[in-house]
Amino acid sequence: MIGADAAGFSIEPVGETMLLLRFGDQVDIEVNARVHAAAETLRRVEMPGLVDVVPAYATLALHYDAAFWAGRDGEPPWKHLAGTLEVVFATTAPADTGSDRCIEIPVCYGGEHGSDLDAVAAHAGLDADAVIARHSAADYRVAMLGFAPGFPYLLGLDPALHMPRRAQPRTRVPAGSVAIGGAQTGIYPSALPGGWQLIGRTPLRLFDAGRETPSLLLPGDRVRFRAIDATEFARLAESAA
Amino acid sequence: MSVAVLKPGLLTTVQDRGRFGCGALGVGQAGPMDEVVHRLANALVGNPDDAAALEITLIGPRLRFDADATIALAGAEFDARIDGIPLTPWRPVRVKAGSVLDGGRALRGARASLAVAGGFHAKSVLGSVATDVNAGFGTPLRADDTLAFTGTDPVFVKHPAWSLDPRPWFDTDASKPVRLIRGRHFDVLTAASRSALFGAEFRIAVESNRVGYRLDGLRLELVRPVEIVSEPLAFGALQLPPGGQPIALMAEHPVTGGYPRIGQVAAIDLPRLAQRRPGDPLRFEEIDLDEAQTRYLRRERELARLLDAITTRLA
Repeated sequence: MIGADAAGFSIEPVGETMLLLRFGDQVDIEVNARVHAAAETLRRVEMPGLVDVVPAYATLALHYDAAFWAGRDGEPPWKHLAGTLEVVFATTAPADTGSDRCIEIPVCYGGEHGSDLDAVAAHAGLDADAVIARHSAADYRVAMLGFAPGFPYLLGLDPALHMPRRAQPRTRVPAGSVAIGGAQTGIYPSALPGGWQLIGRTPLRLFDAGRETPSLLLPGDRVRFRAIDATEFARLAESAA
Repeated sequence: MSVAVLKPGLLTTVQDRGRFGCGALGVGQAGPMDEVVHRLANALVGNPDDAAALEITLIGPRLRFDADATIALAGAEFDARIDGIPLTPWRPVRVKAGSVLDGGRALRGARASLAVAGGFHAKSVLGSVATDVNAGFGTPLRADDTLAFTGTDPVFVKHPAWSLDPRPWFDTDASKPVRLIRGRHFDVLTAASRSALFGAEFRIAVESNRVGYRLDGLRLELVRPVEIVSEPLAFGALQLPPGGQPIALMAEHPVTGGYPRIGQVAAIDLPRLAQRRPGDPLRFEEIDLDEAQTRYLRRERELARLLDAITTRLA
């Protein structure tokens, strides 16, 4: 492992074609912001020889072309790339912490669309309306997308609403379900098996590979939830179809 | 031009090299399990090595060609026949319109690539036609499907008796070890588990697929639990979920995961692992990253030379 203190990360090679830049070991909004800033820096300098750049909570993966980074004097490619990254981050002004987009997600909470809302309320010692009020009041950040195409892991959930996953995961969670898993909240982009607590559902399509921008949300985006009723859900679902 | 799927086989999917550059959207690469075989099969019919070919698994499909075609089968040894006549693998073969290719079953190895000159067609999603079942991008072949391909002028086969010697590129000797680089959490394994990882024999479990291989054998243990925040993964990651049964992540693995990562299968040995079947033994041999990377670059150079030589031979 190589330390790159200036940029606040360590560099860990994972196999022959991936480097992991590690900014921390915890779920933390500041750590995650530095992940997105580093990804933005690499985009800005148009770092060559990279196949993919994948941000996660506290790490940034660089999938690279090992032949491109083959060093002189038999230096292994990963060391060549790691050394170049240290120079890049030492000489480039830090990027902004990524996106300033804020996307509003309409959610119909409870009822058939959020069958665990009452369980979450009971767990939190609140009534259902208070859960909805707290969930839709917070300002969230997309920490990363993973698990399935377009599934956002959101940071910023009110601690009162933290709740462990279900002991028995569901075999099929409906597309658009807004859910709580531990300290995180997220949205199922398609019908998937899942163990998170379902509190509501959005009529928006989070992921459509045929769209020009397939994923509604991107890493680093800000997200707000807006409570809607079943009538508005039906209307929006129709126009989204 | 197209082929009619009379029987789909056990698991037959369209694959190109994979879907690159979409990890940030939670979209993985997919692509072939044995990319060397995929690239060679394409080269044998004059295609670029990222053209779309069929990956066939253990039991081959039965396909009827509605047009003349040039095909090549490479990888696992299948008792494939065309109109009842054994198909010679590892070389271009002319197929007449109306002919039926019966993939048979794999006698050695698990997966083969079937390429057609010009390449198969499938719906491109995010720049790739690679089938990714969990992501919902494409589906395995089904009976009565019709699969289009681009016909090309017949590849003229100058050397009728010629076929590629697959030995350096393909081996199904299950007694050969698979080389493994230590992962971030290797040092958290107990001493007994560390020596078991590089000493004991595992078996590929029945519940193994394109996403991952579960390994039966000694349960591995950590000296202490480790809390891991989900982080990106690579093809070949060896994860240790609670319960102690390691999982080697394969071509269709998720982009991120949160289990301890005890190893990383060396890229040069991923094809060897991809050719193991459920029930086959598996031993790991340690290799350090620098050595693995040197060998990987050497393999890529040699493979590039071979692909060039095939192209020259067909020209």
